[in-house]
Amino acid sequence: MKRILVSIKRVVDYNVRIRVKPDGSGVITDGVKMSINPFDEIALEEALRIKEKGLAEEVVAVSIGPADCQQQLRTALAMGADRAIHVQTDAIIEPLTAAQVLKALADREQPMLAILGKQAIDDDCSQTGQMLAALWQRPQATFASKVEVDGDKVRVTREVDAGLETLEVDLPAVITTDLRLNEPRYVKLPDIMKAKKKPLDTVDPATLGVTPVEVVKAVHFEPPAARSKGIMVKDAQELVAALRSKGLV
Amino acid sequence: MAKVLIVAEHDGNKLNPATAKCVACASQIAGAEISIAVFAADPTAVAAQAAALQGVARVHTVTHALHAQPLAATIAPQLAELAAGHSHVFGPSTTFGKDLMPRVAALLSAPQISDVMAAESATRFKRPIYAGNAIITVEVPADRQIVATVRVASYQPVATQATAAPIVAANPAAAVPTHTRFVSVTAARSDRPDLQTAAKVVSGGRALGSAESFQILYSLADKLGAAVGASRAAVDAGYAANDMQVGQTGKIIAPELYLAFGISGAIQHLTGIKDARTIVAINKDAEAPIFEVADIGLVGDLFQIVPEIEKLIAQSN
Repeated sequence: MKRILVSIKRVVDYNVRIRVKPDGSGVITDGVKMSINPFDEIALEEALRIKEKGLAEEVVAVSIGPADCQQQLRTALAMGADRAIHVQTDAIIEPLTAAQVLKALADREQPMLAILGKQAIDDDCSQTGQMLAALWQRPQATFASKVEVDGDKVRVTREVDAGLETLEVDLPAVITTDLRLNEPRYVKLPDIMKAKKKPLDTVDPATLGVTPVEVVKAVHFEPPAARSKGIMVKDAQELVAALRSKGLV
Repeated sequence: MAKVLIVAEHDGNKLNPATAKCVACASQIAGAEISIAVFAADPTAVAAQAAALQGVARVHTVTHALHAQPLAATIAPQLAELAAGHSHVFGPSTTFGKDLMPRVAALLSAPQISDVMAAESATRFKRPIYAGNAIITVEVPADRQIVATVRVASYQPVATQATAAPIVAANPAAAVPTHTRFVSVTAARSDRPDLQTAAKVVSGGRALGSAESFQILYSLADKLGAAVGASRAAVDAGYAANDMQVGQTGKIIAPELYLAFGISGAIQHLTGIKDARTIVAINKDAEAPIFEVADIGLVGDLFQIVPEIEKLIAQSN
């Protein structure tokens, strides 16, 4: 079956302004709203569109983490994923571990594409998709702003520093999504009801042959250095004078 | 002793300044021996520039026709092979490095530290998380090989050295995959300075209202010798090209002067500019969050103020 694997990470909602705990032991996440990582939502939307064009038959959403991740997987099912896999663990999951889990699932599910967000907005690592591609020994097309599946190939336009780069890669392949790839759909109430009946399997990382290890240890968290308070000027003349006094114009 | 291998970013002729910033980061590790790897169809020119960077002990060149385009899939297996015997493998936190380095890390079964803003030792690093709203210090066990991307806005390029480092040709055995093929790159060619490295940047937000309106910023930028950037809102609205986006998911920049016109100052935008030396904000909304980080603020109509600034600067010249 032509299948697309999409990874879904549960993260602090992008509207939450995160604060560092006073003792520097972490960031305050108690009681804050949690959501699907926005880039993962774009990944899922793209998978659904490929399926709706008749170029894929099944979209499988995967999340790795504690029991609460099932909320985000239910949302993914409501958006239109056909089934979900919850790799349940309370361990800290580093990107390499996540990639190992996804590689094991890729071996099992044999997808034509794995679509991931280009980065998670909590740790901002931007690693997992590329690591999956390496472990799976398949092509990667990161930071995608356009995806065109064509037979056993996919043509991907990527947002790179120089502009827009187009790659052609053989399937199966890994794609990571950038912001402008698409606008994810809104979930409608009937879809939420339907999603409750869709299959959601729970597996242990160990059954996939993966043992989460924490190699990169968090030592300390701190807020970013604050910028000193600036001045307000009343017009362009004062502004240019201020810039001139600093030798900037 | 730390041995750091840095992958060079270049366009075939010119070494990208991001590489010299990676050297600056590696130089923070006491006693580190620093090498640079150049992958190219013809590495001669770029290798010479890399060999001249202060603190570089050796330059490895890998010549292959397929390295004419810097593709992660083709470079990664060879870079991973070259990485043997090195304690650290660094690349810039540009789209080139972000694409390549995790692929290398996975091939090496090594952890990656993304966006290093300070190397406090060979094993301890600082990096931003949550769009820069928190800075985390992380520690990796000393016996682990470490892959990292260097946050270029946190570093100044190293100077050049009097005696160039030796350049040696490497011949990695790892096969170059052909499953990934470069088709094209469309760059908005411009005579203006490169946004990522420009000393001055003029930037516009959604308040510009159209792509045509951006013209007033281009005009001012040309008077100032500045690059032009844009907020995500302006890029999403189609007023500016994607490679002009400044912010968490666009370019993270550290110019001497950043002039923000009609940019409200969303968190993700501020993440991209907070290393700028001087931030100037012009916005008609006095409550806009951009004023909280601005060194100089001016409340007013940008369509009136931009031409005034341009005129005043022209007079002084």
